[in-house]
Amino acid sequence: MKYVDEFRDGDLAQGIARAIHAEVQAGRRYAFMEFCGGHTHAIARYGIPDLLPEGVRMIHGPGCPVCVLPIGRIDLAIHLALERGVILCTYGDTLRVPASNGLTLMRARARGGDIRMIYSTEDALKIARDNPQREVVFLAIGFETTTPPTAVALLAAEREGLGNFSVLCCHVLTPPAIAHILDSAGSGEAAMLDGFVGPAHVSAVIGSAPYEPFAAGYQKPVVIAGFEPLDVMQAILMLVRQVNSGRHEVENEYTRAVTREGNRRAQAMVAECMELRDSFEWRGLGRVPRSALKLRERFAAFDAEVRYALSYQPVADHKGCECGAILRGVRAPVDCKLFGTVCTPDSPVGACMVSSEGSCAAFYTYGRHRNTE
Amino acid sequence: MKTDYIRPLDLKQGRVDLSHGGGGRAMQQLIRELFAKHLGNDLLAQGNDGTVLPQQAGRLVLSTDCHVVSPLFFPGGDIGALAVHGTVNDVAVMGATPLWLAAGFVLEEGFALADLDRIVRSMAAAARHAGVQVVTGDTKVVEQGKGDGVFITTTGVGLLPEGVDLSGAYARPGDTVLISGTIGDHGMAIMSQRENLQFDAPIVSDSAALNGLTAALLASGATLRLMRDPTRGGLAATLNEIAQQSRCGIVLQETAIPIQPAVEGACELLGLDPLNIANEGKLIVVCAADSAPQALAVMRAHPLGQNAAIIGTVTDDPHHFVQMQTRFGGRRMVDWLSGEQLPRIC
Amino acid sequence: MCLAIPTRVIEVLNEFEAIVELSGVRKTVSIALVEDVQVGDFVILHVGHALAKLNVEEAKKTLELMAEAGLAVNPEQV
Repeated sequence: MKYVDEFRDGDLAQGIARAIHAEVQAGRRYAFMEFCGGHTHAIARYGIPDLLPEGVRMIHGPGCPVCVLPIGRIDLAIHLALERGVILCTYGDTLRVPASNGLTLMRARARGGDIRMIYSTEDALKIARDNPQREVVFLAIGFETTTPPTAVALLAAEREGLGNFSVLCCHVLTPPAIAHILDSAGSGEAAMLDGFVGPAHVSAVIGSAPYEPFAAGYQKPVVIAGFEPLDVMQAILMLVRQVNSGRHEVENEYTRAVTREGNRRAQAMVAECMELRDSFEWRGLGRVPRSALKLRERFAAFDAEVRYALSYQPVADHKGCECGAILRGVRAPVDCKLFGTVCTPDSPVGACMVSSEGSCAAFYTYGRHRNTE
Repeated sequence: MKTDYIRPLDLKQGRVDLSHGGGGRAMQQLIRELFAKHLGNDLLAQGNDGTVLPQQAGRLVLSTDCHVVSPLFFPGGDIGALAVHGTVNDVAVMGATPLWLAAGFVLEEGFALADLDRIVRSMAAAARHAGVQVVTGDTKVVEQGKGDGVFITTTGVGLLPEGVDLSGAYARPGDTVLISGTIGDHGMAIMSQRENLQFDAPIVSDSAALNGLTAALLASGATLRLMRDPTRGGLAATLNEIAQQSRCGIVLQETAIPIQPAVEGACELLGLDPLNIANEGKLIVVCAADSAPQALAVMRAHPLGQNAAIIGTVTDDPHHFVQMQTRFGGRRMVDWLSGEQLPRIC
Repeated sequence: MCLAIPTRVIEVLNEFEAIVELSGVRKTVSIALVEDVQVGDFVILHVGHALAKLNVEEAKKTLELMAEAGLAVNPEQV
């Protein structure tokens, strides 16, 4: 696969690994946080920790939008399917997210909810066109990578006058999440982080510029990385170099897809359709101000929250769940009492186990052999 | 009045209705003009509630499989061929020679007779090719909306030669793990037809009867511990089963696992792991390490094993993990699949 | 939400849609988010939408940087 296989080359990986080993300073510890689900997954799937020196630790931040989707939002989707009879369209990852009353979207389907997995917003539009007598709702989740496709769908629905289509908007933003982590962490916790691996495709959309305040304000280097494993390795090397020389800049490893300004057209379409919410509840992080989007008034007819007069009810997480601390990077999956016993990928309790990108799920599925050695 | 004239089934436009499962004339006609016509053999022709089988000397192997695949027709096969291959393979991997099948059909009211005819012809061809006979069967019809066109259950009997003893519990540390060919073909062929995941791709199901391949392996003199066909859940599920049963670990080499570029591409596009995707015509073999070159050669010499490869080793592991040495040089777990395979977005 | 894969544009259908290809798998996708898509371009595909064009010059440069990183190390050092 062109432009994929080259960035998975084992020999180049060994070369970069050697460079990292050579450049880490003796006795010094480096802790880097990534908050891109694709990075969490790549690190686990390719066994990257095996190639890093002991002093370098990768911490998984809240990069998985499925994981941070609060129970209350899934409850709304289930309500629409089971009690309002809509065709509920969703990306595959959300089907297993645990909600209230022991339900998931998958279990709601077993109870008769018309819940359909789609691969693209285009599929949801097609379902709406093909079923004019039914109401179709698209559960829109995701960070800035996935938001532009929702905007495209809204503009198309408006253009076509697709009156039976609406969107339940749960899109969230990356920079406020990072800020929240850095702000809410005690100074001890923040000090533990030496730098950030910036998300790959969020950055393709928003550009590298939005990270500049973090680098300057919190004095932490940020290296934006593609999420093939070689990209991650190279970014780690670049971070080690920055830390060693006391720099805290925004660097871009993923120059083949990311520019400083990002995708202007995509940004414009999102701005046309959506605006900031005052605050939004994130699973595991609590309420975060100005961190999520809602539809603009112009699209009220396509806004499921307006159309169905939905009211959001927050639901607390399980008491024993350590997801909040894990998402902030201050605890590891194995530190959670529920990990691997009560909480597993087959029966997830908390956010981090729900999607295969969540740190607990990634560790359980790909890396728990390390725990036993 | 012609007392023995019955209008033939309308195989072009006709549909299954409730009378076809009722036990009366309509059902007899369906059996005669469709099932027996294509599947017919002396044993089936006994025409009794139960078929008397010839006496066998030796141990018997019995296996059953339900088939609910959707869509019913897919690139490289259909539910009929699948129903034959699935049970033939389950018997064959035990080391037995598959001989006879029973087939049960649950038909949905309104199902097109043309499709049923096509399916049964396909079953007959698959059975002939595999050297087995369908010797008894049953048909029921359920109301419209209560079935997905057709569900087929097949049960198969085979004869186990003297001295053959294979089991998922027999793998030992040091043994070699082999696979007969490329992984993920069947599952991705099915995905390519499913409603919400449309794409044009030259991926064809690998649905096939493996009894010729298993017979060749048994005849080769290689020291086999077990054979298994990795269907639902893919390679990952089957290897984890073996690790659990044999109470040992397995380590795979990612670069050694054969996969077609199109299957790999389709999995990338959909966020799926090929190790979790179903196969319907592949064989996993675990054998003593010194038999591995022989087993590999025998498979590669067979039409169904041309891409056979050595993919891993059985290890001494108290946790019974299946792990993989990635192309990248690191190691990761190959776990059971959680729930149903869902495409990732992220 | 990052799962995205570089694919090659083999046909531009209209201003909103194109057919892309990866290892022989073809798919019709939306190009509404990317300007000036041409046959032969590589685009990053995410949930059925092209998000960005792949800059093949930069891809080459990145691979070179990665190779350099490995060569610059004296194996004795590690």
